[in-house]
Order: sequence, then C-alpha cells, then structure tokens
Amino acid sequence: MALPTQLEQIKDEFLELGQRDRLQLLLEFSNELPPLPERYHDHPDLLERVEECQAPVFIFVEVGDDRVVHMYATAPAEAPTTRGFASILAQGLGGLTVDEVLDVPDDFPQMLGLAQAISPLRLRGMTALLGRAKRQVRQKTAA
Amino acid sequence: MPVAPDSSPRFAQYAHPERLVSAEWLEQNLGTPGVVVVESDEDVLLYETGHIPGAVKIDWHTDLNDPVTRDFVDGERFAALLGSKGITRDTTVVLYGDKSNWWAAYALWVFTLFGHEDVRLLDGGRDKWIADGRDVTTETPSPEPVDYPVVERRDSEVRAFRDDVLAHFGNPLIDVRSPEEYSGERTTAPAYPEEGALRAGHIPTARSVPWGRAAAPDGTFRSKDELDAIYRGEAGLNDGDNVIAYCRIGERSSHTWFVLTHLLGFEGVRNYDGSWTEWGSAVRVPIVTGPTPGDLPA
Repeated sequence: MALPTQLEQIKDEFLELGQRDRLQLLLEFSNELPPLPERYHDHPDLLERVEECQAPVFIFVEVGDDRVVHMYATAPAEAPTTRGFASILAQGLGGLTVDEVLDVPDDFPQMLGLAQAISPLRLRGMTALLGRAKRQVRQKTAA
Repeated sequence: MPVAPDSSPRFAQYAHPERLVSAEWLEQNLGTPGVVVVESDEDVLLYETGHIPGAVKIDWHTDLNDPVTRDFVDGERFAALLGSKGITRDTTVVLYGDKSNWWAAYALWVFTLFGHEDVRLLDGGRDKWIADGRDVTTETPSPEPVDYPVVERRDSEVRAFRDDVLAHFGNPLIDVRSPEEYSGERTTAPAYPEEGALRAGHIPTARSVPWGRAAAPDGTFRSKDELDAIYRGEAGLNDGDNVIAYCRIGERSSHTWFVLTHLLGFEGVRNYDGSWTEWGSAVRVPIVTGPTPGDLPA
C-alpha cells in the first residue's frame, strides 16, 4: 500500500541523501518542530517528569469534526533526535484523515534509511512515538 | 609528552585525580598541542546543536559498537576512528558529554579496553559547561588525520562476560539500574525503549546502587567522602574486592566503573556490558526479584 504523499516525500528526502546528510536533515526537522499551541501550555502531562528519563516527549493529537488529524509535540532542546522524530511525525501525519493515520505502516521509521546514521536502537524511539500517536487517534475516535 | 594534569585541589581527594579535569583547566587547554576534546552523548544529534570549540564527536553507538556482532569495534576500526579524529596513541583525550558524563564514561571505558593511556573526563560534563555560560560552537573541526596504531582490545581486565559473572558469585556485584528494574517491576529504565529482556529482576547477591547517586545535581562527581559512604558504607565494598558492575547494556555501569576505579581506587573492577539485556534473556541463569539482594545460588 502506498504511503500518503507527505510521508512519501519525507521518505524520499532522506533516501536521496548520504548517511551524514541524513543526520543533518534530521537536525533540520528537529529545529523546525513548532512550539506547542497556547492551549497546551498548562497541560498537566507536561509536569510529569520521570526519574532518569530519556528525553521526555509529549504528543497531543487532535481529531477534527472532519476526521482530520493534527499532532503537536514538545521535547527538550537537549534531545534533538527525539525532537526530530516528533517533527517528522507532526509534519507527516498532520492533515491526514483518521484512516490514513491508522494505515501508516508501523515500520515507517525503518523506511527513512536512518538505521546506520543513528543506530537501530535509537530508531525504536520513533517507532514508539508513532505507536503513541496512533493510540491517541484511536482513543479520540472511539465513540 | 603527556599534558600536565589538572592540579585543582578538589580533585586531590580522589584516588586518581589525573583522570578528571575542570572546566577552567579545559578552557585554558583548548588548542594545547596533544590535547583532543571528544564529546560523547546519548543523543546522536546533540553535538551538532553546539559543542565545546574544537571538540570532535564520537558516538557510542555508531562509532564504538560493531554494527553486526554485539561487541565493540575491533582494533582496526578503533584505530581508523581515532586517527580520523586527530588522536594518536599519545594524545591526551578529554571526554565529556550529557547526563553527568554517562556516555562519556562509557566511551572512556571503551578507550580503556584498547589501553589508551591518557584519557580524562571533564567533571560536570556538557551540562555544567553550558550552565556556566562557557563558549559553545556549531562549527565542526576538520582534524588532520593521523596514525593510530592497531591495538588488540584487552577484554580480560575491565570487562566481564556472562561466564565471568557466573564464576564471580561470592564476590560483590553492583546493579546500577533504577530500583524498579532491580526489583523486577520492569526491564527497562522508565521511559526508555524496550531493549528486549525476557525476565526481570537482578543477579543474585547484587547490591542496588543506581549510577546517578555518584553525581551531584550539577553533574560533577560527589566528594570522596560521599562516595565512600555510598559504596564502602551502604554497598559494603572493601579494599581488595573484585567487583563487577552491570546495568542494561553496560553504559550506566561504565559510569560506576569509573567512580570505583578512578575516584575510589578499587582495582580489578569489571563492567559486565552484556548486562541485563543478556542476563535477563539467558536460559537458566539465576535471577532474584524483589528489593533485596537475595542468596547465593546453590
């Protein structure tokens, strides 16, 4: 099954590059992660801090009446890789319909050619994030 | 010629003060011939967001681990890596990184496997350097490649394998993971990705001393007295003990290995890098659950 166009484009952007430049592109995504919308600034989840936690990353998924999904995320500046993952997903999933998001293959992170540049272990962080995003979509659409 | 160590009085309390440098010392020695500064972080992109001027990056995963076998790189790859960073066998390497030097200590331990003589940690690491308002840059240096000899990794002195741990029972083991991992409530650190251990708990008789207790809130190492109270007092270590430390994949326990070896002066401390991701999946090795160390296996 084909990926939604915007995810396909992100994938192509990465795969066109050599290993070193893929890391640089991930950094660009990281820098592009928009700040959380005002309405989430005082969200209680943001106060949770897990002892010895790897980059705490928080995602907020919204589903509109038109069943269009938007995702917002925040992660600390000291965690640029995690921010990069979140930014890819925010850009890649935002604007898709609920069904399109749920159909995104769970191994989409493996398609970006990043395993060598950042290690397969770290890529799991992005897989987990995609899983969390989908779970939130399911929760918000379960009626 | 080795570069003179940092003679700060506050390091004199430790067993091997020459293994630490202060930010003041490093600032004065940026650009000193024979000194190479290396950043090693958990996050593979953190260096790119800004680092100590002139510092090169070595990533624990993509540079120091073999990409196929679960092992560290061999002598040839290590030589190629260090040579490409402008490090010779005589270079004074100053390592620093995020999270109280967690990953820098891991890199230092791997350098030790290859017998690199002069390798030091920046006390307080990356966070303190930045918190103190010292210079950082995003400019990446292009060191002149140099020759680093191909040396065989020595795995017997500071590294322990599973069979070594089985033969070690009766001697002290230190489990440096979080209390929840130790007791068996979970197999990974809170909020870390699952790294695949089939069983939870700890190695019988291991004492729980989470690695981060050795670090002060500003990321520097705690004083000798404080460390003695933790490791000799609470954990009951005595001079002459052979100690094995472990965590989940051997990174957090590298930090503890550094503390026990270089700050407290224990000899013969080994890091079991197979750690819980191996032990917790190995067939028929003994495991204890709950908050207490448990008994020696029969």
